Amino acid sequence: MPKVKEYDIVIIGGGPAGLAAAAEAKRSGTDSVLILERDKELGGILNQCIHNGFGLHTFKEELTGPEYAARFIAQAEELGIACKLNTMVMDIGSDKVITAMNRQEGMFQIQAKAVILAMGCRERSRGALNIPGYRPAGIYSAGTAQRLVNREGLLPGREVVILGSGDIGLIMARRMTLEGAKVKVVAELMPYSGGLKRNIVQCLDDYGIPLKLSHTVVEIRGKERLTGVTIAQVDSKGKPIPGTEEDYCCDTLLLSVGLIPENELSRGAGVAISPVTSGPVVNESLETNIEGVFACGNVLHVHDLVDFVSEEAKAAGRNATAYVQGRKKNVSGREISICPADGVRYTVPSTIRREMMDDKLTVRFRVGNVYRNCFICVYFDGERVMHRKRPVVAPGEMEEIKLEKEKLLSYPDLTTITVKIEEE
Amino acid sequence: MYDVIIIGAGVSGAASAREISRYRVHACVLEKEEDVCCGTSKANSAIVHAGYDAENGSLMARLNVEGNKMMAGLAKDLDFEFIQNGSLVVCTEKEYLPGLEDLLQRGRKNGVEGLRIVGREELVSMEPNISDNAVAALYAPTGGIVCPFHLNIALAENACANGVEFRFNTEVEGIAPIDGGFRLQTNQGVFEARCVVNAAGVYADKIHNMVSEKKMTIIPRRGDYFLLDKMTGSHVKRTIFALPNKFGKGVLVSPTVHGNLIVGPTAIDIEDKEGVNTTREGLDEAAKKCAVTVKNVPLRQVITSFAGLRAHQEGHEFIIEELKDVPGFVDCAGIESPGLTSSPAIGCMVADLVRGILNLEEKTDFIATRKGILNPETLSIDERNALINEQPAYGNIICRCEMVTEGEILDAIHRPLGAKSLDGIKRRTRAGMGRCQAGFCSPKTMEILSRELSLDMQKITKSGGNSALVVGTNKDRM
Repeated sequence: MPKVKEYDIVIIGGGPAGLAAAAEAKRSGTDSVLILERDKELGGILNQCIHNGFGLHTFKEELTGPEYAARFIAQAEELGIACKLNTMVMDIGSDKVITAMNRQEGMFQIQAKAVILAMGCRERSRGALNIPGYRPAGIYSAGTAQRLVNREGLLPGREVVILGSGDIGLIMARRMTLEGAKVKVVAELMPYSGGLKRNIVQCLDDYGIPLKLSHTVVEIRGKERLTGVTIAQVDSKGKPIPGTEEDYCCDTLLLSVGLIPENELSRGAGVAISPVTSGPVVNESLETNIEGVFACGNVLHVHDLVDFVSEEAKAAGRNATAYVQGRKKNVSGREISICPADGVRYTVPSTIRREMMDDKLTVRFRVGNVYRNCFICVYFDGERVMHRKRPVVAPGEMEEIKLEKEKLLSYPDLTTITVKIEEE
Repeated sequence: MYDVIIIGAGVSGAASAREISRYRVHACVLEKEEDVCCGTSKANSAIVHAGYDAENGSLMARLNVEGNKMMAGLAKDLDFEFIQNGSLVVCTEKEYLPGLEDLLQRGRKNGVEGLRIVGREELVSMEPNISDNAVAALYAPTGGIVCPFHLNIALAENACANGVEFRFNTEVEGIAPIDGGFRLQTNQGVFEARCVVNAAGVYADKIHNMVSEKKMTIIPRRGDYFLLDKMTGSHVKRTIFALPNKFGKGVLVSPTVHGNLIVGPTAIDIEDKEGVNTTREGLDEAAKKCAVTVKNVPLRQVITSFAGLRAHQEGHEFIIEELKDVPGFVDCAGIESPGLTSSPAIGCMVADLVRGILNLEEKTDFIATRKGILNPETLSIDERNALINEQPAYGNIICRCEMVTEGEILDAIHRPLGAKSLDGIKRRTRAGMGRCQAGFCSPKTMEILSRELSLDMQKITKSGGNSALVVGTNKDRM
């Protein structure tokens, strides 16, 4: 194996998370930064997201995915950040030795002082859903179809049924319609959509595409190419209700049924993974259980908006620099745990070392159901310190709270911060 | 006129072709699908059975035990994955213990070596995840697991290397006896042969009935399966069967040669010979039944489910014989489990029959070995880098879940009887067979197929025929 090269910070993945992390790492004082990207260009999945709506928070304007990516790619170039494209990371060791491979260099190793995991996520497949029926051509995950349409100009099919109302599914309902396909229905297992409200309005309502909540696909027909599916209503436990079946003729079934953080490399390195997010368990510095290994973006937990990915990734980049510069060495201070409760499924981060936190720390979380006229509440041990009214919270929209260091320091005996939803 | 035409390029047809190719013979395999290994051979438990199951004295029993004994050598010669992981038939109720003893005796009479009954304590030490209700088990150390695709493909490639022709997308529509042989009408024209081997799987009855007055019926018996993520492949080390009880046969839980876990199959007789659809009931049944023998099967880690058809014949016996009323016509029918295990022996038996009919002479230049697609993960890092240096495509990962390189995919396309579809690539290289089920690699694999075969993207199929993956271009009908 070629001799081990050394970098201070190596970032795995050159999508939005990796790019923002790299830029911030460099800006905050680390010169030796390397991005490893498996695709032929930087930008990750944004390159196929040709619709607009990106950057409203970050740039205060509406950009397409490739435009949003281009701004970060330009920053990386200006900052002179090194990157290797068409390079697949094969292994990350717990000693931060990264094994990677590409066509020119073969397999090679890099010793990093800090690693930032920014590998993103993948789509849940049909197989994982156990939908019975045949296995013909014409069944795609929404993202795969998006790549074919938006990058290759190829139409996967002409008559489309979409299962799952995740954002990619909604976006693809509109895209397939614009490219000349007929989208017959979007079926969603849950009684609420998993996507952003604005996407339901702009991608379905505006095109008259029906959204059937509490419905799922119960049969797939077609031996060579898909010829049709059957959709049925489900009960409160998600079980199909006999007698509610409806047949749809279609040559395409798109699945938008969830995203899974892609943590095979993290697991190999020994990074502890949360069973709820499927992403690493991290502290206030977005650092995993392995010192000097950080995570951000969709590999950490699935985001709705890329703007928040960028923001989170910046924090990871900054913290990695602090680590490399020796400012993040473990201190003896007590760790505070953040506990999700009553309707809150998880929080990122899940622990805080007060001494290590920024003046303001963003804690992101998701709820497990739709709650109306509720309160987002934060407890410092037994004491309620926040009680914020919300007209509606939903699983499809990530929530956040901000914690102030000063306030935390004023509770010297604090052991547990609880985040929960309280109804009226 | 060919000396012999073999109908069907499944594992029986391919094994027969390979054994027949030891002789000086002009042989051809006709396959209605676009590739080898497209029917029963591609969707089964992938188990190399020890041979205790079949009736004493049956052909099934003989060929099972013979096939099992041949498998390791064949795997070495033809370079496919085979692991002798052993199998356990688990008894979970004391009242059925005599059944375990019967199985032991039957197996011994069949010539299965090393069989013994293990008590609960030993069983738990062998398989910590065995059911809490497990009382005892029949342990068969000769049981194994195999890659069914690679076994089938290896046999076919080796037959091809030894001069057997293969015609794909060629469906036999009628057979008529002619002077000195047979005329086969197909959708690709007429073929003639002195001798015909019927290895048509679930269609073996249809082919048989074209020539014989003594009619045969093959019933497609469907089985649903789950395949679980590689993270779960060590849940059991051996293949775990349930001892049949008053509720019928259970399902098996087994590691695969690639480190996944397989659960299934159910058994339901159907009419449609292409009816490989899974059903809610079937999947639910498999999920429920696997818990009988193995606890905590991580069914949340399912990456795909599929159904396969067994070519079941009423007498539940292999029918491998020259038809008395149609000399020169050899049936290789009713090849259901343990058909995959028996295939090496089936090939020999069919070749023997054909040799007798045609009075064939052995070749002196038979090529007995074949190299599979190189898996770079089996190389040392230095070897791997030397390979990438020579062929950079081996440095380019296409399927990230199974870590399949472009080099392997190119090999799969360009070798004899190469892949022409996404499924063809998948069976040969595992690209698309992992946890994301081709979501990531299918556009890339399509591009490679399109480039290498000089085919328009709209002509690239999942599995031949009308299984095109894309139907047009954006706005092409607007």
